[in-house]
Amino acid sequence: MRDRPGYLPQTPSQTAGPYVHIGLAPGAAGFSIFACELGGDIAGPNARGERIRIEGRVTDGTGAPVKDALIEVWQANAAGHYAHPEGGGEVEEGFRGWGRVICDFETGQWGFDTVKPGPVPWPGRSPEGRVVMQAPHVNLWIVARGINLGLNTRLYFPDEEEANAADPLLGLIEQEARRETLIARRQGRGAYRFDIRLQGEGETVFLDI
Amino acid sequence: MNGGHAANRAGYYPRDRRRHPPARHDDYKTSLTRAPRLPLLSVENTLSEITGPVFGHGDIGPLDNDLLANFRQDGAAPGAPIGERIVIHGRVLDENARPVPGGLIEIWQANAAGRYRHRNDSYRAPLDPNFGGCGRTLTDENGHYAFRTIRPGPYPWRNWVDSWRPAHVHFSIFGRAFAQRLITQLYFEGDPLIASCPIAGSIPDPEAVEQLVARLDLKASLPFDALTYRFDIVLRGRRSTPFENRPEGN
Repeated sequence: MRDRPGYLPQTPSQTAGPYVHIGLAPGAAGFSIFACELGGDIAGPNARGERIRIEGRVTDGTGAPVKDALIEVWQANAAGHYAHPEGGGEVEEGFRGWGRVICDFETGQWGFDTVKPGPVPWPGRSPEGRVVMQAPHVNLWIVARGINLGLNTRLYFPDEEEANAADPLLGLIEQEARRETLIARRQGRGAYRFDIRLQGEGETVFLDI
Repeated sequence: MNGGHAANRAGYYPRDRRRHPPARHDDYKTSLTRAPRLPLLSVENTLSEITGPVFGHGDIGPLDNDLLANFRQDGAAPGAPIGERIVIHGRVLDENARPVPGGLIEIWQANAAGRYRHRNDSYRAPLDPNFGGCGRTLTDENGHYAFRTIRPGPYPWRNWVDSWRPAHVHFSIFGRAFAQRLITQLYFEGDPLIASCPIAGSIPDPEAVEQLVARLDLKASLPFDALTYRFDIVLRGRRSTPFENRPEGN
């Protein structure tokens, strides 16, 4: 199965299907099997920074809620460090920065608790030699029946106007109005709403990363 | 501006769009309302993409990769599930043919009758009290993994009237980076339903579909116990630049 000289070809993606919960969140599928399900606690008990809650819905091209999607979250801690050997620095004991979020089977609503992430560097330097920072953001990966290859997007924060205006990724979105699709709405102290539109009017910007 | 600064770590090769299914595949009806219409924004990998969650043996239990023994509906001691006993094993590699160690693999599947243990599955075939249908494991230092399970049954689904999924096992794979995240499905060598499946058919390149077909691996069978299938997985590889030659690979 070799492709170009010396390289192996990538295994193709397939949809996660309607029963993705069995494998990734069996409690949601309706049974208990593992001593510990993965991805239930994104920040852990010791994370510093502002505790926040993010809620939203995923809707399809007709505006109907997608009730069988699963979202994975990946984020830095408040200091802008990822829990990874190349993550940029230390993280608090118990901080993983990763989690799984299930859409409600009846309403499609989802929500998760975490801490607000800090800014993280963009690769390279500016032409003036400065380190360029990305605005605080949460990385999201959405899988479901009917999604053939998981969809990557990002959530940015409405109270980071200055950082968002300087964010290199947001700046790459040619149609300025579409940048708004990646910015959560503030619902109150520490509470945000982020609706993801898979298709059609107000379609969320998805990323080929 | 890419002068080898510490903040300029090498990214991953892009997803090969010739091998992955497009978001919209007309024969797979659900994809029509769930596929973005606008082009994806292509962005070079940043720290957010070259990192990803790290899993360890503290995350999983000793029976988690043995679907023959990891579940009993009523909490009693598990018995053997009904079905053909099989082993699925293989290696997780990247495009550079390097093994991916410590990768979390999670699988889920229907039972031998084609029924899923899920509150939303209403197919008339029976549940098996001794079969949960999910498992997980970590790849070893050579990227190798193995599961014991039963061969799942095909089942009907609502796409066209009389659409049947080929027997398959869902695979979720983590490499070292969120950019490598992948969910796919394993099919079985010789299954005549693969050719007519709109989901397998969402992959444009027939040779790429073949990459999802596990091969009977008789040399690795467990005599008087289980047939074995081999399924290797290739994740995106990482770029290397002439300025960065780390001994462990970039």
